[in-house]
Amino acid sequence: MWGFLKRPVVVTADINLSLVALTGMGLLSRLWRLTYPRAVVFDEVYYGQYISFYMKQIFFLDDSGPPFGHMVLALGGYLGGFDGNFLWNRIGAEYSSNVPVWSLRLLPALAGALSVPMAYQIVLELHFSHCAAMGAALLMLIENALITQSRLMLLESVLIFFNLLAVLSYLKFFNCQKHSPFSLSWWFWLTLTGVACSCAVGIKYMGVFTYVLVLGVAAVHAWHLIGDQTLSNVGADVQCCMRPACMGQMRMSQGVCVFCHLLARAVALLVIPVVLYLLFFYVHLILVFRSGPHDQIMSSAFQASLEGGLARITQGQPLEVAFGSQVTLRNVFGKPVPCWLHSHQDTYPMIYENGRGSSHQQQVTCYPFKDVNNWWIVKDPRRHQLVVSSPPRPVRHGDMVQLVHGMTTRSLNTHDVAAPLSPHSQEVSCYIDYNISMPAQNLWRLEIVNRGSDTDVWKTILSEVRFVHVNTSAVLKLSGAHLPDWGYRQLEIVGEKLSRGYHGSTVWNVEEHRYGASQEQRERERELHSPAQVDVSRNLSFMARFSELQWRMLALRSDDSEHKYSSSPLEWVTLDTNIAYWLHPRTSAQIHLLGNIVIWVSGSLALAIYALLSLWYLLRRRRNVHDLPQDAWLRWVLAGALCAGGWAVNYVPFFLMEKTLFLYHYLPALTFQILLLPVVLQHISDHLCRSQLQRSVFSALVVAWYSSACHVSNTLRPLTYGDKSLSPHELKALRWKDSWDILIRKH
Amino acid sequence: MPPATGGGLAESELRPRRGRCSPQAARAAGRDVAAEAVARSPKRPAWGSRRFEAAGWWALLALVTLLSFATRFHRLDEPPHICWDETHFGKMGSYYINRTFFFDVHPPLGKMLIGLAGYLSGYDGTFLFQKPGDKYEHHSYMGMRGFCAFLGSWLVPFAYLTVLDLSKSLSAALLTAALLTFDTGCLTLSQYILLDPILMFFIMAAMLSMVKYNSCADRPFSAPWWFWLSLTGVSLAGALGVKFVGLFIILQVGLNTIADLWYLFGDLSLSLVTVGKHLTARVLCLIVLPLALYTATFAVHFMVLSKSGPGDGFFSSAFQARLSGNNLHNASIPEHLAYGSVITVKNLRMAIGYLHSHRHLYPEGIGARQQQVTTYLHKDYNNLWIIKKHNTNSDPLDPSFPVEFVRHGDIIRLEHKETSRNLHSHYHEAPMTRKHYQVTGYGINGTGDSNDFWRIEVVNRKFGNRIKVLRSRIRFIHLVTGCVLGSSGKVLPKWGWEQLEVTCTPYLKETLNSIWNVEDHINPKLPNISLDVLQPSFPEILLESHMVMIRGNSGLKPKDNEFTSKPWHWPINYQGLRFSGVNDTDFRVYLLGNPVVWWLNLLSIALYLLSGSIIAVAMQRGARLPAEVAGLSQVLLRGGGQVLLGWTLHYFPFFLMGRVLYFHHYFPAMLFSSMLTGILWDTLLRLCAWGLASWPLARGIHVAGILSLLLGTAYSFYLFHPLAYGMVGPLAQDPQSPMAGLRWLDSWDF
Repeated sequence: MWGFLKRPVVVTADINLSLVALTGMGLLSRLWRLTYPRAVVFDEVYYGQYISFYMKQIFFLDDSGPPFGHMVLALGGYLGGFDGNFLWNRIGAEYSSNVPVWSLRLLPALAGALSVPMAYQIVLELHFSHCAAMGAALLMLIENALITQSRLMLLESVLIFFNLLAVLSYLKFFNCQKHSPFSLSWWFWLTLTGVACSCAVGIKYMGVFTYVLVLGVAAVHAWHLIGDQTLSNVGADVQCCMRPACMGQMRMSQGVCVFCHLLARAVALLVIPVVLYLLFFYVHLILVFRSGPHDQIMSSAFQASLEGGLARITQGQPLEVAFGSQVTLRNVFGKPVPCWLHSHQDTYPMIYENGRGSSHQQQVTCYPFKDVNNWWIVKDPRRHQLVVSSPPRPVRHGDMVQLVHGMTTRSLNTHDVAAPLSPHSQEVSCYIDYNISMPAQNLWRLEIVNRGSDTDVWKTILSEVRFVHVNTSAVLKLSGAHLPDWGYRQLEIVGEKLSRGYHGSTVWNVEEHRYGASQEQRERERELHSPAQVDVSRNLSFMARFSELQWRMLALRSDDSEHKYSSSPLEWVTLDTNIAYWLHPRTSAQIHLLGNIVIWVSGSLALAIYALLSLWYLLRRRRNVHDLPQDAWLRWVLAGALCAGGWAVNYVPFFLMEKTLFLYHYLPALTFQILLLPVVLQHISDHLCRSQLQRSVFSALVVAWYSSACHVSNTLRPLTYGDKSLSPHELKALRWKDSWDILIRKH
Repeated sequence: MPPATGGGLAESELRPRRGRCSPQAARAAGRDVAAEAVARSPKRPAWGSRRFEAAGWWALLALVTLLSFATRFHRLDEPPHICWDETHFGKMGSYYINRTFFFDVHPPLGKMLIGLAGYLSGYDGTFLFQKPGDKYEHHSYMGMRGFCAFLGSWLVPFAYLTVLDLSKSLSAALLTAALLTFDTGCLTLSQYILLDPILMFFIMAAMLSMVKYNSCADRPFSAPWWFWLSLTGVSLAGALGVKFVGLFIILQVGLNTIADLWYLFGDLSLSLVTVGKHLTARVLCLIVLPLALYTATFAVHFMVLSKSGPGDGFFSSAFQARLSGNNLHNASIPEHLAYGSVITVKNLRMAIGYLHSHRHLYPEGIGARQQQVTTYLHKDYNNLWIIKKHNTNSDPLDPSFPVEFVRHGDIIRLEHKETSRNLHSHYHEAPMTRKHYQVTGYGINGTGDSNDFWRIEVVNRKFGNRIKVLRSRIRFIHLVTGCVLGSSGKVLPKWGWEQLEVTCTPYLKETLNSIWNVEDHINPKLPNISLDVLQPSFPEILLESHMVMIRGNSGLKPKDNEFTSKPWHWPINYQGLRFSGVNDTDFRVYLLGNPVVWWLNLLSIALYLLSGSIIAVAMQRGARLPAEVAGLSQVLLRGGGQVLLGWTLHYFPFFLMGRVLYFHHYFPAMLFSSMLTGILWDTLLRLCAWGLASWPLARGIHVAGILSLLLGTAYSFYLFHPLAYGMVGPLAQDPQSPMAGLRWLDSWDF
């Protein structure tokens, strides 16, 4: 026990100086003058508003990605003591003094800087030479687009960091697998793979691509493991390998069961990511608990779970809707805008513009604002009173109800008259008796869609209900069309006869609710104007809130999909496009997202060479000609699967996407291309150069090529850092491609 | 990555395409299995001679085919009115008979065949096919329906033969045939004038011939081998020629061929020359032949449809010049644009139309209250514009002035002929696309302001060139704001008469939306030239019609607030399609799969994945399987895998599609799914029987299992047949209804 006293305490440290140097250079290139420009640059305007929401703990909804990315940025703001008070409305706006620009941009910059040594490590773990590894890292270091993107408050560099981390830790794990399975470092790297994958997914949905790639490679390796006959099936070792205590022994004995291997991988690569992903949302929902401007998109139940906003109104409402209840009814689908069932004094015009006739009864619409005309009274068709009896008689699934409009006391009605804008559906009106043999058809059957049993009670906020018309079995539906001027551009409500299956536009829920107490119309009007209250409080479970939030994020569609700097995936490979990020308000200093064209072109070239060479080797091997020794071949395949595969999975899916695309979407794919470049170069030098002379010539070429890349990088530096104002002449000289949009001041 | 190490047996089993390595043995084994199945099958009396066996084989096939034809042709004439999409495809058949040009999002072969069938059966093309429910009356429609039913009937024998070849088991084939014969969905879909029976016919034909040529692999370049290979190519061309869904079966055949070639390439006993021959044969039969046939269908299509019709507006001006009856046909107009010419301007993007204006103002609150400018697909006087100099308002048609041509880069004014207002734009946001500027008609009698000035530019031309009618691709650049005239392709609301929005886009990206050409051109001072010189060549027409079709397909977008069918609905048979009738007095036909069949299929896919992965893992672990089990697993993995691939390829791509989807899109996948069910249950039952071999009743398990499945499907068909053959009377809620108690899901509305 006291053994350590007998021997001197020795710490042996292996320090790879090149790694340290790379990290240092990475930090220098990414952190240099980080606070410049002290103005909002491009998408900072977009992410900034969410940081402000986090700082003020206000709920928001953003469809661009899961919340982890925003939280990382907000962490920077938190560390810098940002109070969230800044109006993010314009690119180029000067930051006020309360915005800690340095700490806000710090985390993405650190992620960008650390990607450089990580590229080195990855190539090394792929069993390529130190030179190749250095090459990859140096290319990462001087790639202008990566520098620009990581020096700003943007998420791509963080995404790239986690992508690389996932690949690196998987490789470390895979290399551990050969000599020491179930060792501590084996577990560490395996778990880290899962964690990095879920972080990548948590930052942007794009992270899924790399996750799928890692999963795919892991699956192939696991399949080989299954075929490994030296491992036992499910043996007595099951319990053993689960216990950390005997991991040491496991390394000694080779009798580890296949089942343990598979189980460990499944837990680390499937379970951990899912759990972590949920955790991001959990933290997110804990952080943003106040109601805010995006409330309206969410369901009533979700809104009620936020502090302030709807919760303040609905707090203390009676839970069960009874006959005589006064309610507002919100459409569950809420598209094109969230709205409430509404009626007002005006009637449908006798004759529409296109010559069709209407019933000329009172209009029923859907209105996107809170209004006293949104109140409806649930009436029992068999009784006359409009108050809640004591004790209240709750309304149940399948009950017949009438809905009486609070302010006009007319009841909701539909009949076989074509609706104003959707002639295939029935018109819905509040019934006025004109005595023209058009009887009232105002009975509706209540169907609770999310009922537990057939005797369920209609609950405020929680129940989703449909109103089925008794005479015609039409369903009350929001058609989504805007009425013309006579309907004040409110939304059209129709009775849908052919209602097929579940659709949100036919489903409603009670939002505000109180028990009506006044029999007199005048009193009731006063009652309707006053806010509702009684008491019951309710909370939504985390899973319910998570699934709603996730669903809405995926379903949210921004309609306008055009941007001055948007581009198509085909333009990315050859760098035919750029994005102007920022222009100095007075001089012509400017920041662009513009890559190092030498690296981009040679990266694509390397990819093509890799593909052709692989095809050639594959065909030759098939005819039993082995050009490469087995280990070199396996190395070549693994490097290709991860690097070329990484490029493909991060690039090809964009061809199928319909959203607006920008050049920066290509950066993750580009990093994988950069990793592939030195791999291909080393392969050419090792296996295709036959003599020493060829090899030396080739090395000289590579050096020349790299110095040209450095030169290009240096030439483009003013556009990357934006620190130097160039003359119009110099700017014109930088416009190497006609499609590049470099800003030149006219005067 | 160490190579998979397996035991001796597993290794030999793992070699791809065992059938080829030892064809004789495999065939012998196959025959054994088949013979055994025959022996157990109740249809066969006892062990017989080989000839007897062959006769039984043919008899069974005949029985299956007969049953299929009988079910498909039973009550084919009912209902005697238009059902569902017959209104489209019947109408298009008539167009072929009348030779009028039309536009559809699908390639022409299917509709051409329908037209041919109608023509041969004496239909004269006079029925209007206006809307579902219209009575056919004296018009002969049975020829077209009969043709579709005829092709639809072949699905069952094709599936039977495919499964027989893949599994070498009569009972599996019989089960598949029963599932398809007794599926109400397949039945309904085959009974009407639709593209689906034709499409599925070609898909199944391609699958069958592919399987057949695979099994001829031991005798390459023999007559049957060539026959089946080229037949595969022909069927592929047919499938693609009917609908673009045919691409999926092409993909499947392609994958199969690549795997096949890869195997041959690795066979060191074959010389490279032989492999080259194999490759050439496949390129010839599977690429060149289908392409030639596919192109030929288009050639026939363009040849037959020579008259102008409802589809003209979708196509470019040059294309229209081909169609007799179109005003561009045999027309002669001045070649170069000059000041004072009256022109129509057409957007180059397909299905956008002509630049148009009319005496209606933009409504209050939408930009400036000036005259609307839109694009309109149809020919109209309001499409006419006069091209004028920007600074003079003199009448250029005055004979005393010399003719002055418009040149690339000139500043011009476009005056609307009917209303004498100038094409105008300004810094107001456009009605739909908020980031663009509004385009209006402005000024009185041609007097406006500097916002009416546009620079006319020819794409990819030098300054100073004249502008040619039809040929020149031109852009209009607004002088003051620098934006480009374009159409966003969005439909304006009621106030804009649902024409398309015209905007001025500040983004100078070159898209077809902002490129125009001059179509009509009237200028009495200029000599006319004949337009025949402009007629496009066949490859150009082919390319253009494909562009229009693709754009039409992606234009079929679902709307919010509408019920649409989702791909995940389909395999669970969530909701059907109303073919005819709504109320209880109508004759109702409802397209819905036989739920017993469909749910069995669904279960089978899950079971297949489970059993398949168990077997695969066992083999990878090097488990030594007894010979019979090994054989059965091969059937399951190879044959089943082939069919599962088909199901995957015909189902999952729909998840990626943005267009409107319908339930009937699932049916090709459903065919594959049924084949999988047949193979799976037969194999599982055999495995069961083998596992319980010690029991006295074990031998009967297989027979009993297959029999009960057959009878079960037949009985469910008896229950659900009114869906397909039509029903009258109360809806299913009513106990009097023929479907009482059978509405198992709330979402079925019959």
